[in-house]
Amino acid sequence: MGDIWEGISAGFWLVVTLDPDLVEITLMSLRVTVTATFVASCFALPFGAWLAIRRFRYRRFVIAVLNALMGLPPVVVGLIVYLLLSRSGPFGVLGLLFTPTAMIIAQVIIITPLIASIAHQAIRDIWAEYHDLLISMSTSKRQRIATLIWDGRRALMTAALAGFGRAIGEVGAIMIVGGNIDHATRVLTTAIALETGKGDFSLALGLGFVLIALAVTVNILIHAIGRTERDGKW
Amino acid sequence: MVTSILPLVMSDAVVKRRAKVLLGPVNLTISQTGFTIVMGPNGAGKTTLLRSLHGLERLAQGRAQWQTPLKDARRRQAFVFQSPIVLRRSVLENLTYPLRLRGTEKGRATALARDWAQRVGLGDALDNPAPQLSGGEKQKLALARALITQPDIVFLDEPCANLDGRATREIEDVLQASNAAGTRIVMATHNIGQAKRLALDVVFLLRGKIVEQSPAGAFFEEPKTPQAAALLRGDIVE
Repeated sequence: MGDIWEGISAGFWLVVTLDPDLVEITLMSLRVTVTATFVASCFALPFGAWLAIRRFRYRRFVIAVLNALMGLPPVVVGLIVYLLLSRSGPFGVLGLLFTPTAMIIAQVIIITPLIASIAHQAIRDIWAEYHDLLISMSTSKRQRIATLIWDGRRALMTAALAGFGRAIGEVGAIMIVGGNIDHATRVLTTAIALETGKGDFSLALGLGFVLIALAVTVNILIHAIGRTERDGKW
Repeated sequence: MVTSILPLVMSDAVVKRRAKVLLGPVNLTISQTGFTIVMGPNGAGKTTLLRSLHGLERLAQGRAQWQTPLKDARRRQAFVFQSPIVLRRSVLENLTYPLRLRGTEKGRATALARDWAQRVGLGDALDNPAPQLSGGEKQKLALARALITQPDIVFLDEPCANLDGRATREIEDVLQASNAAGTRIVMATHNIGQAKRLALDVVFLLRGKIVEQSPAGAFFEEPKTPQAAALLRGDIVE
């Protein structure tokens, strides 16, 4: 119990004093996760919508695989990305290993199936509602996808937030491909792992509370901007 | 001069679902002008007929032939469903949607939408979310959205089912005005009074087949089939 109070206290003081290391680590966490969420959403949201409206032979199989990939083990993803980006790997020449870009790549791979799967389910419901109308209006596939994404934007925002939540709390993959290098690739989760390893539980807990607060704040902010859960909105 | 997509000629059309024939074989010509009412008991195939004329049902055999290429014909017709489908947007955005799809400039689309909202009595609800409208208001919105592009033909599947007298009257007024302005209308209804008020000709369906097709006066005065006569008397027809 003492560790928890010390953690809360440490976290509080780190925030109040705007500890430079904490600020740097937090900004790095946000930079990596927000970028990964944005990039993954650019692929996953249209793909989820396309999957909802398109009928093809192996559709059920693709959906099943997509759902299964939601549980991708981050450490395995990290290992594969590490091998691809390492000096001897096919993309070693790019020199991306142990950079924030490598961390973003790993996170994009981890969260894309999650966002696409949730988006597919959300869009599928709207498509069932709109199907006859959009066919009747002779819309093109592109127009249908654009309409479904726009009208389902609040549900899709939830999908993106789920991806953000998974990415910001992820440690296994980014530890492997980022290396937890101070002032370069250290983020909140890898810093917590490091402090725990060093036995500094109060600082680790403090960083943990900052991480939770950050995730909650971003979610509240996005919902406020999206004006969800208000009268007249869907 | 823009060529009309009509007449629509449907020949030997059959609609099947899981090997069961729902409609047909149907031979029907929808001329350039007029107001056709499709009547028949539940399950007679009214909705299936309208949907197959509009292209929402795939024909198992036979064909529906428009006078212009199919892509053009599809863009110049509209459908109003029995349960109105509204987009999860405002009334204004619902009305501008089909215009924006066709590339109408935003200012003009908004002006047209305001005009049509006034015509159907939704002028004060432009910014309201469409899913929160009442049933009658949703149907009026769906009707205005169908007519706003000035289609050559509109198919309506029992648009006034579950509506009160006032809402029904408002919808009928809009339909008659559009018909007078040149829009061909094909509408299914159970309501004999409404059919008498609106129809110029009647198509009577029974068990997936057209059993009678007559001018409205002839159909209501001297129906050719005992089933139509029974329906007009108010008897139960199966």
